[in-house]
Amino acid sequence: MKMSVPVGRAPSWWLLGPGLVWMGLLFVVPLCLMFVISFAGRGTYGGMVWSFSLTNYLDLFHPLYARILGQSILLAAGTTLLCLIMGFPLAYYIARAAPNRQGIWLLLVMIPFWTNFLVRTYAWMFILRTEGLLNTVLLKLGVVSSPIELLYSNTAVLIGLVYGYLPFMVLPLYVALERVDRTLVEAAWDLYATRWTVFRRIILPLAKPGVVAGCLLVFIPSLGAFLTPDLLGGARSMMIGNLIQHEFLVARDWPLGAAISCLLMLFVAGMMRWSLRAAKPLVQPEPES
Amino acid sequence: MAEQPTSIDITSLVKRHGDTLAVDHVSLTVQRGEFFSLLGPSGAGKTSVLRMIAGFEAPDEGTICIDGRSMEAVPPNRRPVNLVFQSYALFPHLTVAENVSFGPRMQGVPPGEIVSRVRASLDMVKLTSKEERLPSQLSGGEQQRVALARALVNRPAVLLLDEPLSALDQQLRQEMQVELKAIQERAGCTFVCVTHHQEEALTMSDRVAVMHQGRVLQIGNPQDVYESPTSAFVARFIGVSNELSGIVRRLDGGRAMVQSSELPGEAQMALPDGTTLQEGSAVTLLLRPERLRLSTEAQGRSGEQSLAGSVEKVLYSGSDRRYLVRFGERLVWNVRVPNDESGRNGLQRGDAVHVRWLIADAVVLSE
Repeated sequence: MKMSVPVGRAPSWWLLGPGLVWMGLLFVVPLCLMFVISFAGRGTYGGMVWSFSLTNYLDLFHPLYARILGQSILLAAGTTLLCLIMGFPLAYYIARAAPNRQGIWLLLVMIPFWTNFLVRTYAWMFILRTEGLLNTVLLKLGVVSSPIELLYSNTAVLIGLVYGYLPFMVLPLYVALERVDRTLVEAAWDLYATRWTVFRRIILPLAKPGVVAGCLLVFIPSLGAFLTPDLLGGARSMMIGNLIQHEFLVARDWPLGAAISCLLMLFVAGMMRWSLRAAKPLVQPEPES
Repeated sequence: MAEQPTSIDITSLVKRHGDTLAVDHVSLTVQRGEFFSLLGPSGAGKTSVLRMIAGFEAPDEGTICIDGRSMEAVPPNRRPVNLVFQSYALFPHLTVAENVSFGPRMQGVPPGEIVSRVRASLDMVKLTSKEERLPSQLSGGEQQRVALARALVNRPAVLLLDEPLSALDQQLRQEMQVELKAIQERAGCTFVCVTHHQEEALTMSDRVAVMHQGRVLQIGNPQDVYESPTSAFVARFIGVSNELSGIVRRLDGGRAMVQSSELPGEAQMALPDGTTLQEGSAVTLLLRPERLRLSTEAQGRSGEQSLAGSVEKVLYSGSDRRYLVRFGERLVWNVRVPNDESGRNGLQRGDAVHVRWLIADAVVLSE
């Protein structure tokens, strides 16, 4: 397949202008500032002392920070895995539904975006509270004899994150699966493959770009999540996002907060690099003749 | 397993799509090693029959037996058949060798044997030295050879082909017709081919089943269906056919005098053995364009029948000329004259001609 080449001269470079100025002044400059600050020292009353040191980065190896970092990665990875396990069959079902039904299903997947994320997270607090909806039902049914403590735990954060990011998994998966020619599935079936092998050898490899995209779209924002762990995790389940907020606003230790932010960005950049390679589309050069 | 002469035995197969009968009580048997074609226009139900043999669709009624074994409730991955898809359906992320070895690997063939079978099968379709290419790096003709090799490598009892040549250009298509037939003879397995292309079906097949609106209208070898169509539809679908409909006025020995509203006067028809025409019954006379001769003289040879008309159009196509000859208000026939004797076919538009044919060449259908 060849992309059509637009006729006429190349678009003028200054079309990039507005976007470049906006991103340059308001994003790149603050980012550089933060990078510089991450090497500064903290003054006695919360100000900054302009001296170069690696102290902030070395501080991150403190068990307390390392634990929050590790916990964040685990929660984000768990969220990604759960979203993948739940999102894949859902996306497959939608991709294989009658074309006029697909739109309805996709709309249903996106309906949560119509409501503010904060409001939706408050709703989860009502459900998970000790005297909340879930415990009331479980007690009435006699499944549990005393209410379970769900809110303000890692489990609650996980539930909230999976809820929040599931659509970000389903949409790229749907796009990838919808493109998988269904006669390929029939061909594999005709060639003695069982349903499981058809999935593993044909559908999954062909949907890989969607899997990688979905995993990134879930993993990266859930790693830096702030609101969900703040509301559903409380003090016991702090994630990196909460730590950064704490350092900047509560502890007034800007240099340390900046160092954590830089580390987080470095980690995400590494993930992106790896995933770009993993999601590389099949090479499709022109046929020889 | 004991060798049985019958490869596929289909008995009153029915498939409904909503209210319509996609396949309407189709019964047919295919012999072992036969090249059998299902020929018909789109929507004739031929692809449904193929998909039911492959196991992708379940029949609503009727049975399919392959090598004497009922295929009821047997899923596609347990049937001794392989399908070559119209779109080829090659796995885009696997190389040619991986595509071809997919089937044997799924069946648990030992790795050493897989290698030799893949090589043999690529040899058979004349596609070697491209094992490591991806399907997207091959031309359309090569992709089709891979699709064939991927099916043949499994040594199926029956190879199913769904419009195998439709994606190829005209020249390649004609080459592949010969090639496919040769491959079938080398592989020695039963081929069942679905096509809407009559020339393709006639060239390649041992026998052809002509389908229309879910039913099989006629089964026979290519000569049978072309020379002796049993219905006007078959005659029209396979090649160009000239028709004359009318009512039998008199029977005279082996002849019938037919009166047609499309013609002034009566036309004489020879009756094939065993026809049960009666006076007053409706008949249709069918004649192939290449069986007709044009002459400016009224007097013909014995055993010939003629009709007088005028040339309406001359279409020159190199190897032959096609004349459209008008007889009456509504009746126009197609006459094909080979371009073998230059100067003899110098008829012009508007010329009065006599169209002649051997009485034995006419096909008579009684309705």
